[in-house]
Amino acid sequence: MSTAVGDAAPHQRTFKVWRGDKTGGKMVDYTAEITPGMVVLDAIHQIQATQASDLACRWNCKAGKCGSCSAEINGKPRLMCLTRMEALPEGDVTVQPMKAFPNIRDLVTDVSWNYTVNKKITKFTPANPGTRFVAEDGTFRMQQRDVERTQEMRKCIECFLCQDTCHVIRDHEKHEVFSGPRFFARAASLEMHPVDVADREPFLKNEGGIGFCNITKCCTEVCPEHITITDNAIIPLKERIADRYYDPVTMLWRWVTGADKKDG
Amino acid sequence: MEIQTFEHDVLVIGAGGAGMRAAIEAADAGCSVGLVCKSLLGKAHTVMAEGGIAASLGNVDDRDGWKVHFADTMRGGQYVNNWRMAELHAKEAPTRVRELEQWGAVFDRTKDGKILQRNFGGHRYPRLAHVGDRTGLEIIRTLQDHSVHKSQIAVYMECCITKLIKDGERVVGAFGYYREKGRFVLFKAKSVIIATGGLGRAFEVTSNSWEYTGDGYSLAYNAGAELLDMEFIQFHPTGMVWPPSVRGILVTEGVRGEGGVLRNKDGKRFMFDDIPENYRNQTAKDPEEGWRYTQGDKTAMRPPELLTRDHVARCINREVKAGRGSPHGGVFLDIAWIKERVPNAREHIKKKLPSMYHQFMELGGLDITTTAMEVGPTTHYTMGGVRVDGDTQMSCVPGLFAAGEAGAGLHGANRLGGNSLSDLLVFGKRAGEHAAKYAKEQKHGWIDEAEVKASMEWALHFMDAPKGDENPYKVQQDLQKMMQAQVGIVRKEDEMRTALEEITKLKARAVAVQAPANREYNPGWHTCMDLSNLLIVSEALTKCAIERKESRGAQFREDYQEKSKEFGNCNMIIKKGIDGQMQLRREPVTPLTDELKAIIDEQAK
Ligand SMILES: Cc1cc2nc3c(=O)[nH]c(=O)nc-3n(C[C@H](O)[C@H](O)[C@H](O)COP(=O)(O)OP(=O)(O)OC[C@H]3O[C@@H](n4cnc5c(N)ncnc54)[C@H](O)[C@@H]3O)c2cc1C
Ligand code: SF4
Ligand code: SF4
Ligand code: FES
Repeated sequence: MSTAVGDAAPHQRTFKVWRGDKTGGKMVDYTAEITPGMVVLDAIHQIQATQASDLACRWNCKAGKCGSCSAEINGKPRLMCLTRMEALPEGDVTVQPMKAFPNIRDLVTDVSWNYTVNKKITKFTPANPGTRFVAEDGTFRMQQRDVERTQEMRKCIECFLCQDTCHVIRDHEKHEVFSGPRFFARAASLEMHPVDVADREPFLKNEGGIGFCNITKCCTEVCPEHITITDNAIIPLKERIADRYYDPVTMLWRWVTGADKKDG
Repeated sequence: MEIQTFEHDVLVIGAGGAGMRAAIEAADAGCSVGLVCKSLLGKAHTVMAEGGIAASLGNVDDRDGWKVHFADTMRGGQYVNNWRMAELHAKEAPTRVRELEQWGAVFDRTKDGKILQRNFGGHRYPRLAHVGDRTGLEIIRTLQDHSVHKSQIAVYMECCITKLIKDGERVVGAFGYYREKGRFVLFKAKSVIIATGGLGRAFEVTSNSWEYTGDGYSLAYNAGAELLDMEFIQFHPTGMVWPPSVRGILVTEGVRGEGGVLRNKDGKRFMFDDIPENYRNQTAKDPEEGWRYTQGDKTAMRPPELLTRDHVARCINREVKAGRGSPHGGVFLDIAWIKERVPNAREHIKKKLPSMYHQFMELGGLDITTTAMEVGPTTHYTMGGVRVDGDTQMSCVPGLFAAGEAGAGLHGANRLGGNSLSDLLVFGKRAGEHAAKYAKEQKHGWIDEAEVKASMEWALHFMDAPKGDENPYKVQQDLQKMMQAQVGIVRKEDEMRTALEEITKLKARAVAVQAPANREYNPGWHTCMDLSNLLIVSEALTKCAIERKESRGAQFREDYQEKSKEFGNCNMIIKKGIDGQMQLRREPVTPLTDELKAIIDEQAK
């Protein structure tokens, strides 16, 4: 828990900011004046306005709602707008771009891969009227408890910090065969929607590469929206896939009955 | 130098709720659509909307219906609204919200499993469909995920349009640059929709992001379109005031909707002291009744904290000026008090207002379940904008449409909370539909190469051949400070005249800004270009504000504190003259039809 913001006197701090592009770069020192309650993004803006007008960074909401300002602060993937100076240890502050994505310039990285992956996920596909959660007029009838799981996954602000931190992407560069925690959460939000009838399990197993995940929970730890990606999305999805593809009894049952995964 | 060229039937500038909804509609009509945005897809302002989307679904109170919503919107807008838009909006919003649910949006639920609705300022019944306090995120993500599967839509991210291109009277394309590489791009289109949002960055204290530099207004103005009622800028009553770095960040009205109250430093609920006449019979007599209202008692009237935003903002301003404010120049907004009434209040608040809880915890180090927040007014929304036809959203320039916050008319002098998200969907859809229809009737126009070349040279000169060495950030900050002080929440003729003089000086400085010679993702360079838009909209809104010699809705004039009959009957229209100068004229508000007038009279009872 953070502490209340007092009226402490302004003071100076040194920021080591990565500057460069895809061909390479280096850490450059800047000094910023720190006022009470200031966040790292404020310092970057101050540096931009006074010392390096072309310092590239992304931001929009300044309140942890848009997921634009992702970076690695003192080596940890975080949102710059939610990282308060008071919360960082004494000494220099390093600010670097996300490492798992190609650099464009300074703190800005090329996250287009994520948008490509998103397109591969089958969109929301509602059940017919007159089924369990859908009234005859087509409007949905779902209780709050029916939607809580999917709502948790839908809190995602697409900051891609979880993608940045996941070793399968970061260290093993399995971009081609692994969709990453963000998209497991997205797939889960759809799979857990009471009304949805599409089947995303083959995708998750094959192109999505959910098998590569070895449940380190690093993604959950960095998620600024506190989504329990591993426990509430990845593990249940893995279980479903295991049941469906590897459990001989289920396989036989499916073969005999032609049962689909949901009962409409 | 090479310019990339793309051709589409319909070009949508802006990928917030309005732009995406328009793109979906135009694509479904069989058009090829280009969708352009300055940030990454899904990061537009719409993502920040918190409290909810207004639609008279009647799920919580079945007395609600389009007529009540219509009358509420007109009353909130103080009757200078475009009534046709208010009518269409009230009628179509429920269908648009249900459609979102069909596309996968997961709203909070009522006990019988329907979409839950909450109370909001100026809405007679609980009307805002919501998802906790992250409704905008739900809407933008739903639209995004729905549109990415449409092959007719090509998305151009981090691409900024700086000029519309015309062939004779008609708009036939747009020119801009990619932020990433600084390369230039030309879009040829048969019709163009402006969905670029507002202009909050013209002010110092704002809930708006860097994107809100009024680009759409200025693009349209330069292309010959009319701007309507630019003086009506909404100052939201509750922005954060402490710590300094978060000043202006929004605190959703949902806090008050859930029972939060405003107090001054003496602990007094000052909102009870000043209830406007036309809302008196809809306002609670005492705190007890107000509380019952927030808890869904249908016989109770709303607490005065839920009066319209313009009024609440002024009351807060008054308390602060009278020395009754909080330590950091705001007033107290207290939701923690409900522990006297609600069992397990802490969990209740965290559940109802999760992102407010986190926002204060993480940015202010304050626990809203135990401690009152400090809040004050923040520049929030632009009611004015591109003047459009209510049915089709087309401006007076053939082929040029506008929707969402960039368009104008629906909200009149003051927007009700929740009426923007519904505006985006209702008129985004309409703009998409009519832009597609228009595009199908046209061929691609002729593009003047010389004009394109001139636009490109203009963009490059800030780096290659600057006319001075002004810092663009500094000029922007000086403009923001000046506008906040002279054309802010309380306005006076002499101050606004000074503002116009200052704008002239700032224009001269803006010509002399320069950026380091680096084309790739150079925010300094981008800020140089944004400045000209900010200055155009600042001038337009100041001129309108001077001309409207009355206080109405969001415009409060210290020198004309009352509403006037004369001005209550007119809209302010800005247009670029043939001489290139900004011209302002008044036009009478289109009178209501008898049928709609009868609805308003009926609802006022
Ligand atoms: C903090 C906050 C909370 C809010 N809460 C609510 C609420 O609860 N209910 C409600 O109804 N309303 C709310 N609003 C208002 C509402 O969110 C906005 O009015 C609405 O989202 C605007 O949507 P839009 O589609 O018009 O524009 P936006 O969503 O802002 O999108 C504008 C788009 O235009 C693009 N753009 C701008 N200029 C250019 C250019 N030159 N070239 C290319 N692209 C450009 C941007 O990149 C962006 O994609 C809130 C606003 C804020 C800031
Ligand atoms: S839990 Fe799985 S997805 Fe998450 S970081 Fe670890 S390996 Fe990656
Ligand atoms: S799941 Fe969390 S960490 Fe991952 S992109 Fe979404 S908000 Fe960011
Ligand atoms: S700026 Fe939006 S999350 Fe940081």
